Amino acid sequence: MIVPFEQILILAGLLFFIGMGGLLAWRANLIMMLVSIEVMLNAVMLVFVAGSARWGNAEGQFFAIFIMALTSAEVSLALAMVVYLHRRKHTVNTDMFSELKG
Amino acid sequence: MIEQAIFYILAAVAVIGTILAITEKHPVHAIMYLVTSLFSMAVIFFLLMAPLVAAFEVILYAGAIMVLFLFVIMMLDLGHPEQGMSPGWQTWWPALLLSTISIVSLVVVIISHRAVMAAPAAALSIREVARHLFQEHGLAVELVSLQLLFALVGALYLGKQPTGKDAK
Repeated sequence: MIVPFEQILILAGLLFFIGMGGLLAWRANLIMMLVSIEVMLNAVMLVFVAGSARWGNAEGQFFAIFIMALTSAEVSLALAMVVYLHRRKHTVNTDMFSELKG
Repeated sequence: MIEQAIFYILAAVAVIGTILAITEKHPVHAIMYLVTSLFSMAVIFFLLMAPLVAAFEVILYAGAIMVLFLFVIMMLDLGHPEQGMSPGWQTWWPALLLSTISIVSLVVVIISHRAVMAAPAAALSIREVARHLFQEHGLAVELVSLQLLFALVGALYLGKQPTGKDAK
């Protein structure tokens, strides 16, 4: 380990809560909400990789790779949904999608 | 120790890049700041003895996913910050307050434990990681491939243009 594990945890927590603040602040814009979720998932990956380096265990890296696969699936589906919603209403403002009808 | 200094510099770059990405009004500029932050995160992963995750971070995150975001922003013509989509001070302060409370509580909890430099664990080579992954976690790999297939089918279905009798 190059630095104590606690400092990496602090860095990951900082990134995670910056992403959370961005998600709360940009709740009217779908694209920026997705970007904030990316930041949060990246911080979680940092925790897994740091744990893998701390205990010399490969499982943390596996979870980081699985999170990456999950993120790519999530982003492709979410952006396809953004394109679909934009085709319906010509906006990505979440306040416009509030009627819940088929 | 030079690796430690590099880690602190990269951590600062990652945090500042993320803050700029979140507060930037223009979506394309925000994506660019985020790419900077992700590159420094990739080097941090490399310093933490995970070269495979570092390479995937550059290829998948900074490469594929961010390009996907850029394509959608360009395709839907969303790069107009003057349209009033960005949050004002009214929406920023609750988010800022909640994140600050969470960050401060986390830092207090972590600092109350005494930080000790752990003994350096043995570095895992990529060959070893891959052998563990495919021999002991083969089911998880299959599940992830299924998940990617479902995402592909779902994206194709959602992105289909309404044609013929489907069109209203």
